[in-house]
Formats: sequence, structure tokens, C-alpha cells
Amino acid sequence: MSRVMLEVKDLTTKYITRFQEDVYAVDHVSLKVEEGKTLGISGESGCGKSTLALSLMGYYFAPLHYMSGEIIIDGRNISGMDPDDVRKSILGTEISYIPQSAMNALNPTQKIIHFIEDVIQAHDPYQTKKEIDELATGCCDVLGLPAEVLQKYPVELSGGMKQRTVIAVSVILFPKVLIADEPTSALDVTSQKMVIKMLRNLMEKGYIKSMIFITHELPLLYNVTDDIMVMYAGQIVEKGTAKEAVFDPLHPYSKGLMGSIIVPEKGLRDVKLTAIPGVPPNLKKPPAGCQFAERCKFVRPECKAASVPLRDVGYGRAYRCILSEKELRDAYLREAKKDA
Amino acid sequence: MPDERKICLSGSGLTRVFGFGRQKTVAVDHVDFNFYEGELVSIVGESGSGKTTLAKMLLGLISITEGDIYFQGKKRDIRTHKKKKEYWKSVQAIFQDPYSSYNIFNKIDAVLLDCINMRGGRKLPCEKKVELMAEACGFVNLKFEELTNKYPFELSGGQMQRLMIARIFLLNPKILLADEPTSMIDACSRATILDMLMQLRKEIGMTVVFITHDIGLAYYVSDSVYIMEHGKFVESGSADEVILHPKEAYTQRLISDVPKIYEEWDLSTV
Repeated sequence: MSRVMLEVKDLTTKYITRFQEDVYAVDHVSLKVEEGKTLGISGESGCGKSTLALSLMGYYFAPLHYMSGEIIIDGRNISGMDPDDVRKSILGTEISYIPQSAMNALNPTQKIIHFIEDVIQAHDPYQTKKEIDELATGCCDVLGLPAEVLQKYPVELSGGMKQRTVIAVSVILFPKVLIADEPTSALDVTSQKMVIKMLRNLMEKGYIKSMIFITHELPLLYNVTDDIMVMYAGQIVEKGTAKEAVFDPLHPYSKGLMGSIIVPEKGLRDVKLTAIPGVPPNLKKPPAGCQFAERCKFVRPECKAASVPLRDVGYGRAYRCILSEKELRDAYLREAKKDA
Repeated sequence: MPDERKICLSGSGLTRVFGFGRQKTVAVDHVDFNFYEGELVSIVGESGSGKTTLAKMLLGLISITEGDIYFQGKKRDIRTHKKKKEYWKSVQAIFQDPYSSYNIFNKIDAVLLDCINMRGGRKLPCEKKVELMAEACGFVNLKFEELTNKYPFELSGGQMQRLMIARIFLLNPKILLADEPTSMIDACSRATILDMLMQLRKEIGMTVVFITHDIGLAYYVSDSVYIMEHGKFVESGSADEVILHPKEAYTQRLISDVPKIYEEWDLSTV
């Protein structure tokens, strides 16, 4: 068994709104990422994907608050640490982050090399300019960027190049875990493929040890990750390998999500896209029972009574539903027959 | 075989140039096309290929540098504002960003009322107007009673985009230009929006010009596809032909770059 790079146990974080209402955006989430592995997180907008990313980094600035649970990065427990300390000693070296909008992440008045210098010197003030230059050039080389990029301003770069520059800044300190939050949502398909290839390269060359990849684009997730977690209303509803989660989903929500995949392949036009009716619950007043009960096709009276625990099937698979594996599969089969 | 379908909108040698001298950019470069009545056409291209410029020209929002647009067999005439308004009765659009598509000072009933007035329903009795608006909202699964006193920004992105479809339902145009209508929405609500668009198309039998960068989406919805690169159409034909058996190198590359789930996604070709 390989080394566990990131382990999270029962993490709960909440937002406190202006009117002192509690919104539990991450609700008892447990996960584990091993060395050399990529974990994918999916779900519709507003389900807590990005909040989970911020929580993992220990980035607890108001209105986000830490409640309970443990975050262990390579044997070091960082839960409950002061966010300013986290910024100095954890961010960048232990855990790093690629933001969603790389276009706004760079300082328009600074050359790229100066930005990288700032980042490195914040962690190690004694490194010389020459060392930094070597580091940066090496990193650019892996990312397929020409070395001249370092002497340019962000406005002189194209969208795909900016995204790769931001990745270079994120991985320059060799983080153990890299969190990529929708790194390709603003790029077209060719640049997207380039960025994905570069992330793979970084993993192979040892710049990063493990990765968490967040996106709602399922075909991409399937191709990039080893394991997939599906989130709904702050909770994990499905956990499994990429293949299992895409081709054999158990939870009714992930089943619906997989039914909305669009890929330009043969046979797409014959299937009918399934949309999940309704909207996610209001997390200010979460329902008592299963969060998905309102929109579920197979809802039962018991569903709304008490909260549903995550049911472990074994071999790393889990789902959050009161129905057993067999009952769910039977229900899907019946559903498929009805459509036909 | 002579084509029996009626041509709804066509263009010949359509060109748009921005700037002049050394800064000249040809955004759309001598494109020819025929959109048939009742057909769903997709225009696919990467960012910066001139899709949106073409859409704006078709709508008459920006001037044409060279070439002509023919609407229902006749040359399009939008030289005066009155004529333009007449043209917009039959050509309507949905844009990418639902947040910026509404007048923020108008409440939602005012938005819908405008549509009814535009279709010549100005003299209708009040009850009839309310009935029409409720019907349009019902079509897109929105509750009219909840919306009347709200401003557009109080809705979610998906709801706004659905309201946009309700507008089209009231306007009943001949041609609908949909410029990336689902790119700001996540995969799950996307299916809902697409379903509604398809249903609406069936109901009023309009021609839809679907502009997108998502090849999978284009393949799913459209009858015929035009692939655009640097302002030119490099390939066109029926969806099955273009997407499953592409001939041009550019199209082949574009399709191989899309992540797939049944076939291997080859990363070595970048």
C-alpha cells in the first residue's frame, strides 16, 4: 500500500451568513488520496465543491468557519490551525491550489518572474535570484512554456498560457497535494487537452505527489482521475473508481448526472438525456432526511424521516441511500425498460 | 437531386472586417451558407473563430463589410430602424450570459409584456395578456405568480435562461439564434434547457441556429453542422457525416481533442 498523502476525517465546515444563519457547505466529508493518485470531485454548481477545496487548504476566513473533523497531510494534522499560520507554512509547500479563473489570478502590473520570486521568497527568504530563475525555467520546461514567458506581463499571454503559468506558480514549491478547481472551464478543447497533459507530466516528473481535480464536466473527469466522488448539498453521495462511478452509478443522483453526459460519439443521438427535476435544497433550512429526497424518483416515506448514513459497500465503494445495492439496480432496470 | 426544402436564411460572400491598415482583422471571411426552414443548424468553432460576429451580423446588430444576407428568398433590408424592428419580429436570439440579457430596471412581467406588445397584442384585454404570460411560464416550468413582482437578478442562472425561452415562446419567431445558450449552466440543468428548446422548436416549427463550442452538444441537437475556423467554414454537412466521419484535418483534430468516455482519449497528439 502506498503512502497516504491526504486524509480527511469527518470534516464539517459552515458559512455564517449576514443574518447569523448557519449554512453547512461541507457536511461530514471523509476522503483519502494516495501517492500518485488523482481524486475527482463532481456535482452541480452550489453543491460545495469549491468550499471543500478551500476547507482542505485550511483557508478559514470569514464567513467560512471550521467546525469539526481532521485534515492530515502526509502525517501532519493541520485541522484547527490559525489561517495565517497555514498560509505561511502549509500553502504552497504541502497543499497548493489552482484557482478557477486563472485570468484574474495574476497581477497585471508584475512580470511573471517577479510573481514567482515573491511566492518563493515568502517561504524561503534566503534563496538567491539565480536559484529561483533555474527553478522557474525548469518548471516552465515541464509545462511546455518557453522561458521568455517569465519576462512577460500577464496581458501578453494567451488564455491557455496564462492558465499554465498559474499552474507553474502553484507547483513551484513541490506541493504534496495539488487542488485543481475547474482549471479548464474557461479554455477551448485544444488548450484543455494541453493543460491536462501538462498536469500528467508534472505528476510523472515528481513536482506534485497527488492531485484533487474538481469539475462538473464528467467526460473530462473520467479521463483524468482514478477515483470519483460525487457531492450533493455538501455531502458525499457516491464514491468509487472512475469507471464504476461513470458506468455503474448507485446513487439516484449520480445516476441522473451520468444520464446528462454529452460526448460526440456514436450512439449519442439515440439516447435521451435525462434531466433531474427540481432544484437542490436550501441549505439554510436543510431537510431532515435524505437531502435528495425531494427530487428522487424512488423516494419512500422513510427517506424523509432521518438522515441517511454513507453506506460502505467494500472495495472502496460507498453511497448514501437507504435502498440496498440490489434494490437500486432493479429500480434502474425497471426504469430503463419503461423508457424503451 | 434538387433540394425541395425551402431556404429560410442564406448568405453569400459574407465578410466582416474590424480595424484597417496593419490592424486589420478579418473576423468572418467570405462565408456562404443556406439554412433551410425548420432545420436545426449548429455552427461550431473554437473561441475567436468568428461565431459570435457571424451571429451579430445575422441579427443585424453590426454592419456587413461585404456580401449579402437573403431572408426568405429576398435580400434583407434593414436600412431604417422601422424595418429593423420588423426584421426582429421574425429573427430572435438567446445569448450566452443570461444575467446581462435583461434590462435590470424592468420587472419580469414587464419583460414578458414587452414580448406580447411586440407581437401586436397591445390591444388585447388585460386578462388575456396575463393568461398568455402564465402559459409561457408554464411551458418552461416556472410559476408566473411567484415571478411577477421580481427583478431578473433575483432569479438563478438556470431560471433566467428558462425565462429567455418563455420570451421566445411568446415572440414566436421564424428563426432563433442561440449563441452558446447552455455554456454558463452546469451539465444537469443543461439537459432541461435543451429539452425545452427542442420542444419549443417542435411546437412553433422555427429554424434554430445553434452556436456552440461544444461538439458533443452540437452533435446531439443538430441536423446539420458547420465547422468554423478563423472566419471560414471548413466543413459542413449533416451531423452524422461531419462529427462521426470528418474529412478535414482541422475537424478531425477538434473532435479528437474532446474527452470521450467510450473511446480512448489520446493525450500524445497535442
